[in-house]
Amino acid sequence: MVATWGAALVLLVFFGLLLGDLLRHGLAGLSWEFFTSPPRHAGREGGIAPILVSTGLILGVCMLTALPFGLGTAVLLAEWTHHRSRTGALVRRSLDTLAGVPSIVFGLFGNAFFCVTLGLGFSIVAGGLTLACMVLPILIRSAEEGLRAVPHDYRLAAAALGLSRATTVRRLLIPAAIPALLAGFILGLGRAMAETAALIFTSGYVDRMPTSLWDSGRALSIHIYDLSMNVPGGDARAYSSALVLIALLLAINAGSMWVGHRLASKRILAA
Amino acid sequence: MFMTWLPLITLSPSHRDHLLRWLLWGCAGVTGGVLVCILVFLILEAMPALHQPGWHRFFTDASWHPAEGAYALWPMLAGTLLSTVGALLLAVPLGIGTAVFCYWYAPAWLAVPYQRFLELLAGIPSVVFGFWGLVTLVPLINQWKPPGSSLLAGMIILTVMILPTTSLLSHASLAQVSTESLCAAAALGFGRWGTLRHVVIPSCRSGLFTAGLLAAGRALGETMAVLMVCGNVVQMPSSLFDPIRTLTANMALEMTYAVGLHRSALFVSGLVLLLLVISLVGSATWISRTPRHG
Amino acid sequence: MCVRLALCACPDPNTLKESRVRPGRIALPLLLAVTLTEGCGESPAAHQPLTKLSITGSSTMAPLIAAIGKRFETRHPGTRVDVQTGGSSRGVADTRSGLAHIGMVSRALHPGEQHDLLGMPVARDNISLIVHTTNPIESLTAQQVIDLYTGHTTNWQSVSAVDAPVVVVNKAEGHATLELFLRHFHLKHSQIQADIIIGDNEQGIKVVAGNPYAIGYVSTGSAEYSIGHDVPIKRLPLTPTPVASATVHTGRSAIVRPLTLVTTRHPPAFVRTFIAFASSSHVHDLVAAHYFVPLAS
Repeated sequence: MVATWGAALVLLVFFGLLLGDLLRHGLAGLSWEFFTSPPRHAGREGGIAPILVSTGLILGVCMLTALPFGLGTAVLLAEWTHHRSRTGALVRRSLDTLAGVPSIVFGLFGNAFFCVTLGLGFSIVAGGLTLACMVLPILIRSAEEGLRAVPHDYRLAAAALGLSRATTVRRLLIPAAIPALLAGFILGLGRAMAETAALIFTSGYVDRMPTSLWDSGRALSIHIYDLSMNVPGGDARAYSSALVLIALLLAINAGSMWVGHRLASKRILAA
Repeated sequence: MFMTWLPLITLSPSHRDHLLRWLLWGCAGVTGGVLVCILVFLILEAMPALHQPGWHRFFTDASWHPAEGAYALWPMLAGTLLSTVGALLLAVPLGIGTAVFCYWYAPAWLAVPYQRFLELLAGIPSVVFGFWGLVTLVPLINQWKPPGSSLLAGMIILTVMILPTTSLLSHASLAQVSTESLCAAAALGFGRWGTLRHVVIPSCRSGLFTAGLLAAGRALGETMAVLMVCGNVVQMPSSLFDPIRTLTANMALEMTYAVGLHRSALFVSGLVLLLLVISLVGSATWISRTPRHG
Repeated sequence: MCVRLALCACPDPNTLKESRVRPGRIALPLLLAVTLTEGCGESPAAHQPLTKLSITGSSTMAPLIAAIGKRFETRHPGTRVDVQTGGSSRGVADTRSGLAHIGMVSRALHPGEQHDLLGMPVARDNISLIVHTTNPIESLTAQQVIDLYTGHTTNWQSVSAVDAPVVVVNKAEGHATLELFLRHFHLKHSQIQADIIIGDNEQGIKVVAGNPYAIGYVSTGSAEYSIGHDVPIKRLPLTPTPVASATVHTGRSAIVRPLTLVTTRHPPAFVRTFIAFASSSHVHDLVAAHYFVPLAS
């Protein structure tokens, strides 16, 4: 009891310090203009409007690609393969391995495969696809855990009603596992938003407003990295941008929770 | 665990089910294919260095000076392992502790905000952690024992980075313990702690294990934050306060300027790291196969 | 849509040989993306009035060149200048392979690079030694610097009034500033005994600002900016050695590197226009604003 309160407190204090630091340095730079104007003078002045748009597009491409593949694989692992089957284990192990691949390797691979081999060049699409490869393991593993945790009775009941497996999955299992799916989604999105090394070589550095998905666009995390590590005097804006990133994440979390609860209560009757 | 698995024969598969099955296998194939592609890519890029100086040179050379033909990777391998193991030793107990706190002990008004707080932390970019570590943590350690940039700093930053993930995933698996088990535990007269120890933890071992594994993967693969606080000197550390370089930092530091064999040698770091992850996952599988109680 | 795709997939078919789409080579992720580019890869990009100039390379130069690019765009409507980072070697490699029109290289070209590439300096960057402001030391001789960096001097006591271990900050292998530093002091990289190894200039400044006993070397521009904004570091001038050492030549006390734009030997006209613009006096204010030294015209 004391130990868990202690652990929670340690975490709270540590991150309290960190967030306090960010707020102290970053809050002053936040204004309406910061969100609506393009960066000037290498980002020391001006805002982050094009960068927000690029970040949104990159994340959109990433999640739209990763979600179907991730959900499909998770359903396969949880419902179609035995926990100890060879192929299932193989897919699972390769996912765990993928989770440990350093982001810079993803970046170099994304550059060689998406940018050069597929001819996408430095573009938002290439960045999004590279990130999709990266977040797949997180999405799949948490979705699989969630699906496995759906009570056995649900499946038996579905079988007794003569539902096809497809219907069982769609109508029963996925809605029942929505909290876990959302947790995976949020973790994956967080990871994708926070990513720097994988994007430098794929979606690129251009801080102009993108006109299509095939344009290069700078993500928020790269902007923070560039300001703090490459631009003398960029620290203040780096703090502000980090605050924006965290606020965005908070908004996305809250939004997806809300959507998730609505979906869950709509799709499935109270168990 | 495999109670939840239903053999295909208990249901009569329809045409749609067959279609879905193939579709799902397609998804899994793509997912697995990504890893194969990355592996092939790394091997191709690393080939020249493995061929010319030879793979044994990476483990027998005395130092890392690629421009002068010395390619010692082993101190960085040690650095990677030490920082990861250290971070896991700190983060896993803390992570499970906070998850248990959130799920069992915290009053409701605190548990939910705390959960949101953790989700928030999981999304803080590593460069922010690194930045903070560089301007706050490293000078602090420096006052205690110079030069400050050290294995210890790396371990702390990695711990902080993987804690939210560990905690969230642990929480997710704690939440999946069935009500029946809890009721049964209560009926047997277990207290909170007893229930936790004898019912909850054993039954969500697989989930906790996954959490630890993903955290280990994240720690092994972390680049920017580690690069900023570890000091990046290629050496075998003799204490917690010695600077180290990890395999990822090696790639990030030198890749942007490397050409020819040097560049290829950096891909060998990536390959070694990937092999490390594969062996970690392999041994984890082996450990989880050993019989468990409950 | 198609025209846009083709344009981006192969920015300019006449000059870029590498970026042609090779559809269906590996039937892996996102069939969608492949089919989109495949369907459109062949449409002529020539109808697009937009000229896209792609530049990759040194992260030190990227903010400057991006700013020059923006000014260039306003003067030449219909052009787009896309600047990517990835390091000097990436600049050389991408220019060679045709992935980029221009590479940014934060040093002079190596002899091996000069036979197939053209280099054009656009600005200069000096390198300075920096220490924490609380360090009472005022200047160092070249020999003292060598002793500090090779581990012969491990305590500040022998060169300054502080009794504390020296924390030597060095750059990672391959960085242009490291090469220059080594050449200036006639050192080999394996001789250096570093306590902290860093990547970018800003990291060096933050390390030294956070450590009263550290010594490092960074781009002068970055150092000057930071000193002007209350970061606790100071520049150390190199004093010429009183006793002329046989091994050390301190003819110049400044360590200078050219910031260079490289192209293939026969660049197309619009590339030449851009380089001429980037090295002209029209951008001297931008060069100065990024804390580099403009070239005398």
